[in-house]
Amino acid sequence: MPFRITIPLILLLAFVAIGFLGGRQDSFGDPDLIKIVSSLPRSGSARGQTDTIVNGIKLAINDAGKKVEVIDPVTKQSKTFRIEYLDLDDATAAEGQWTIEQEIANANQARMDPDVMAYIGTYNSGAAKVSMPILNRVNMFMISPANTSPSLTKPGEGERHEPNCYRPTGKVNYTRVVPTDDLQAGLSARWTQDMGMKKVYILDDNEVYGKGIADLFRVTCDKLGITVLGQQSIDSKAQEFTPLMTSIKAMNPDLIYFGGTTQTKAGQLLKDLVKVGMTCPMMAPDGCFEKAMIDSAGLDTFEKVTFYATFGGLPIDALTEGKGLEFVEKYTKAYGMAPKDAYATYGYECGLAVLESIRKAGKKDREAIRSAGLGLRNFDGATGRWSFDENGDTTNQTMSGNKVIVVKKVVDGEEKKVGDFQFIKPLKLPQSTEQK
Amino acid sequence: MLFADAELSAVQTLLQYVILGLTKGSLFALIALGYTMVYGIVELINFAHGDLFMLGTFLALTILGLFNLTDASAESWKIILALVVCFIACPIFCAILNISVDRIIYKPLRTAPKLAPLVSAIGVGFIFMNIGLFWGGSQDVNFPNLVPEKNLLPDDMGLRFTLKDAMIIGTTVPLMIALTIFVKFAPLGKAMRATAQNPVAAQLMGINTERVIAATFGIGGSLAGAASVVYGLSINTISYQIGFQNGLYAFTAAVLGGIGNIPGAVLGGLIIGLVNSLGSAYVGERWTNALVFAILIVILVFRPSGLLGSRTREKV
Repeated sequence: MPFRITIPLILLLAFVAIGFLGGRQDSFGDPDLIKIVSSLPRSGSARGQTDTIVNGIKLAINDAGKKVEVIDPVTKQSKTFRIEYLDLDDATAAEGQWTIEQEIANANQARMDPDVMAYIGTYNSGAAKVSMPILNRVNMFMISPANTSPSLTKPGEGERHEPNCYRPTGKVNYTRVVPTDDLQAGLSARWTQDMGMKKVYILDDNEVYGKGIADLFRVTCDKLGITVLGQQSIDSKAQEFTPLMTSIKAMNPDLIYFGGTTQTKAGQLLKDLVKVGMTCPMMAPDGCFEKAMIDSAGLDTFEKVTFYATFGGLPIDALTEGKGLEFVEKYTKAYGMAPKDAYATYGYECGLAVLESIRKAGKKDREAIRSAGLGLRNFDGATGRWSFDENGDTTNQTMSGNKVIVVKKVVDGEEKKVGDFQFIKPLKLPQSTEQK
Repeated sequence: MLFADAELSAVQTLLQYVILGLTKGSLFALIALGYTMVYGIVELINFAHGDLFMLGTFLALTILGLFNLTDASAESWKIILALVVCFIACPIFCAILNISVDRIIYKPLRTAPKLAPLVSAIGVGFIFMNIGLFWGGSQDVNFPNLVPEKNLLPDDMGLRFTLKDAMIIGTTVPLMIALTIFVKFAPLGKAMRATAQNPVAAQLMGINTERVIAATFGIGGSLAGAASVVYGLSINTISYQIGFQNGLYAFTAAVLGGIGNIPGAVLGGLIIGLVNSLGSAYVGERWTNALVFAILIVILVFRPSGLLGSRTREKV
């Protein structure tokens, strides 16, 4: 009899003790250490961009010597925090893209670890919707290098409950260093008009990012007087779209706009556009502004049709002055080559902004760092001089228009065709129209 | 030319969609044959078949990589040579793989309850999928566009039937005809039909049923191998996930036509291709999947054994 009670009792006590000790250790952490985590899709098709983002973040942190010197706002004493960076993956190899479970796990890992003071992420806007409310409850400073969905921050742009549902405490903890889609879609439509195109057909992938941007593109087209011949959502699991392209061909558009990403079949759409014998160009937002797009559509496709991609910022070859140029030089020195992808700049910018927020906060406290981060004004970063507005959005609003070019290059003594995005021009809102 | 296209009549557009649908459908049919033949003989729905097809596409891509081919600008003898190698190697590879899976996994389960081999087949499918993931990565991979999209019809007709479409039809149709003749007249084909009708009686008549089963897996696999090359050349994008999707369509085609029935699988494939293409044109791109399966359900409600399932009693 006594055995039956004692063994479970000992086990129970052991669990309580472990839980208590573990809990104690967790709630204190290391007083001299600050951890910064990033949650990005590190496996799957976005790997190319996230590699450069992570490189950018590491560059910012290594440049600062993996430490931040602060002056405590109360005691006025200087103190040095060691900075540790954790690169978390919110994708799984099997899915090939971010998953809800993985993003929740990352957010919880950051929330439970008392040393984590800032969360760089996410890459996908949908993933931000998952982690924002979790991290908001613990006042964690969040900064995204790539989310462009306006519904995350701007009231009136998304569903009625957005963005307040991501801020259960009522405070803003989420920021981003890239301009948002509402701007990108508008600028894309203006660019279309500048190129003299009058009739467009709009496709989207029926996802938050893609459909959102396609709808906004349509609205601006209507405003500018560009004829929208039609809009359709595609099934991004479908394998080919020749019947769809055949029906679009009959309408003879000047341009096809695709609100979507490389992962939602932009490459296949472009191939099928060529396949049915169309010659009109296609334009897509920054979700397609990546090397993977060129790989997935194949170089010969770009020789037959023009592909334009807008990007919510300036690509590497447009960074020719000031801190931007400095960043490219530092990156090239550190990694032996220039950044392959424009998102590198935004990763670096996130790193800089987080370090600056810690410096301004002066102490290891999530709330202090959050409010210091949101208070960044006239920050001199690689993407220019910018501030966060009251929603946590960057005031930087210059975007770029790019197109894919195929050139012959000599690689290892062999002449090869190489495809790359070429920067065409910066896209800005006309001075006369005031931004809301 | 673009202007002329804009003035296509309703009939012409319809014809265009029918052409697209039939070419796509004949590809589904080729894969569906593998499902239906295996089912006819051993009453196993070989869910790994779609993923076998996917591995075939990766082999084809690897072969083209060895020939250093990236687009149609290479010398034509090189392209033709590479394609001949693909059309020989991929069917053989898929056939051998399919036979080995049968020998190693399905054969010990031959007398087990029907669910055991079915679940194993799903498992094999997953294993294949992960091999594909390992082989080609998780991204969509570009398959070199080696067959030019030259329109074979005169331009003033307004319709497009490209060299690529001709290649699909020119590969799939002869294969299907050859298979039908083989099953009807060749001794091994007759043995297959006998085994499908009654394995025990066939064995009593001196037919080595295990050999017949192996041959069935081999033929089904080689058809998938041929389909994989055609698929890569015509769709130009492959990924480790295409096996599941095409397998689902092909399986649906087999059920639609009456599983176990060879002409039924072909008919089912063509119908699904047509519904896919016409649905996309007249209903909306994102409803095509729903439409395909809605039609499947309607047909099965009225003809539970499939379109051709009841007319011919014999399976295979």
